[in-house]
Amino acid sequence: MATHRFVAPSPLPGFGLGFGITMAALSAVVLLPIAFLLGRGIALGPTELWGMVNTPRIWAALGLSFRAALIASLVNLVFGLLLAWVLVRYRFPGRRLIDAAVDLPFALPTAVAGIALTALYAPNGAFGQLLPVRVAYAEPGIWLALIFIGLPFVVRSVQPVLEELDPELEEASATLGASRAVTLRRVVLPTLTPALLTGFALALARSVGEYGSVIFIAGNLPFETEIAPLLIVIRLEEYNYDAAAAIGIAMLMISFAMLLALNLIQTGTRRRTGHA
Amino acid sequence: MSDVVHPVPVTTEPRGVRFLVILLVLSLVAVLLLAPLAAVFSEALADGLPAALQALAQPDARSAIGLTLLVAVITVPLNAAVGIAAAWAIARFDFRGKAFLVTLIDLPFSVSPVVAGLALVLLFGSNSTLGGWLITHDMRIVFALPGIILATLFVTFPFVARELIPVMIEQGRAEEEAALTLGASGWRAFRTVTLPNIRWALLYGVLLCNARAMGEFGAVAVVSGKIRGETTTMPIMVEMLYNEYLATAAFSLAAALALLALVTLALKSLLEWRHADLLAATRRH
Repeated sequence: MATHRFVAPSPLPGFGLGFGITMAALSAVVLLPIAFLLGRGIALGPTELWGMVNTPRIWAALGLSFRAALIASLVNLVFGLLLAWVLVRYRFPGRRLIDAAVDLPFALPTAVAGIALTALYAPNGAFGQLLPVRVAYAEPGIWLALIFIGLPFVVRSVQPVLEELDPELEEASATLGASRAVTLRRVVLPTLTPALLTGFALALARSVGEYGSVIFIAGNLPFETEIAPLLIVIRLEEYNYDAAAAIGIAMLMISFAMLLALNLIQTGTRRRTGHA
Repeated sequence: MSDVVHPVPVTTEPRGVRFLVILLVLSLVAVLLLAPLAAVFSEALADGLPAALQALAQPDARSAIGLTLLVAVITVPLNAAVGIAAAWAIARFDFRGKAFLVTLIDLPFSVSPVVAGLALVLLFGSNSTLGGWLITHDMRIVFALPGIILATLFVTFPFVARELIPVMIEQGRAEEEAALTLGASGWRAFRTVTLPNIRWALLYGVLLCNARAMGEFGAVAVVSGKIRGETTTMPIMVEMLYNEYLATAAFSLAAALALLALVTLALKSLLEWRHADLLAATRRH
């Protein structure tokens, strides 16, 4: 019965080999460790797990991680859209250089970004001494680090869609009497919404779990500037594996719930705008 | 006297608006991206070039550079091989649960690197059954090279596959089928048809994978144990020096990593300009 086959017939060989290697590597490197982490939570039991997570310090850290990631990703949503727009639609000297520079946060190790931002925004740093508010060793420093590492995601999601956007749509809108602002808001923006959401989700997922760039600039004060991944590292250094696992599981759960919600919104917008 | 009408293009913004938006974006890029990069080099050279070079020549720094290169040399080819295998299965065949497999391959993107490191410590650390057994048989995973490699493989897992899958889907399987019809073996079809077609996308994925492998901090920090001269990679060494207030040494090592990032960006841009058509598919997905 062809319908019960796992793989559709194909003249090409090598499905078993390719699929086998993929599954073996995926299981060994990614799935087994994650399953083991979740298994540890199951072994502890929900009551015990909840008791471990339900402490003011962990809630403060989780709240900070998700709040800062949300703020940074929202900033990147706006800045990323502007940047993608400028790179695709406008011609100016240095455009290619800027285009290449957008990927710097992907290429630069996060620890390097962390100490560089700290050097700039510390109270005696080049930018820090000019600013009236404290950035380094305070929550805005965390936002800044997360804006840095999340910047490329929205730009790189929106850019290709913008490149393929037919200007005839905008011409038609103008012919029908719409002002440029109305065209941008009612014609261009809805077309870009799915790509914007994708970039936002990627930036959010990355920033929630970010560690390297944040710990240098954060100040790491419990209840104030201590992010959830740092609390995991602290618990591990105390050999308190159960507590570390509990925080890790909480982070996984909240991240997945968030991404699922974004996915549902995404499906909704795609249905409305008719994009596949 | 002539009433020449200069048509105002309706598909762009007024000149003044364009100018202001470009100015805004340029200043944001300068402050947010270029200033930190400049800060790395100016801090590294604060005591002059000889001091910076001397910091890189310290035994701990040299062993960190060696370890980082070793980790990249081991993880990047493994990742490339698995990425090619995954792309072959996903882009060339239709099977049940394909979308789910793609989601699983992307899973490391939504897991914090620290959580990835934590999972490896729980699995292979001395407190677990497996870890205890491995240690009594003299095989250390956590706080040793294998742990660092596993952590790096975890965080870089999707990199190559993600670049290859859309390119291979777009190219279709007609060329490989033609090669088989002409009597080539499957392996030969792969080597002489598929591989040349995907080489630029593969290189692109390898480049990104390598940058992450050399720069990974969170996952490696958790599993490395930070044993000086043994399990400290370059990013970990940057943190240790920085926390010891050895700013010049920390920034010198950071500058070496930043140079590597610049080389990565330059090669990546070169690939994008010269092979834009071949890489277009990776950018659309």
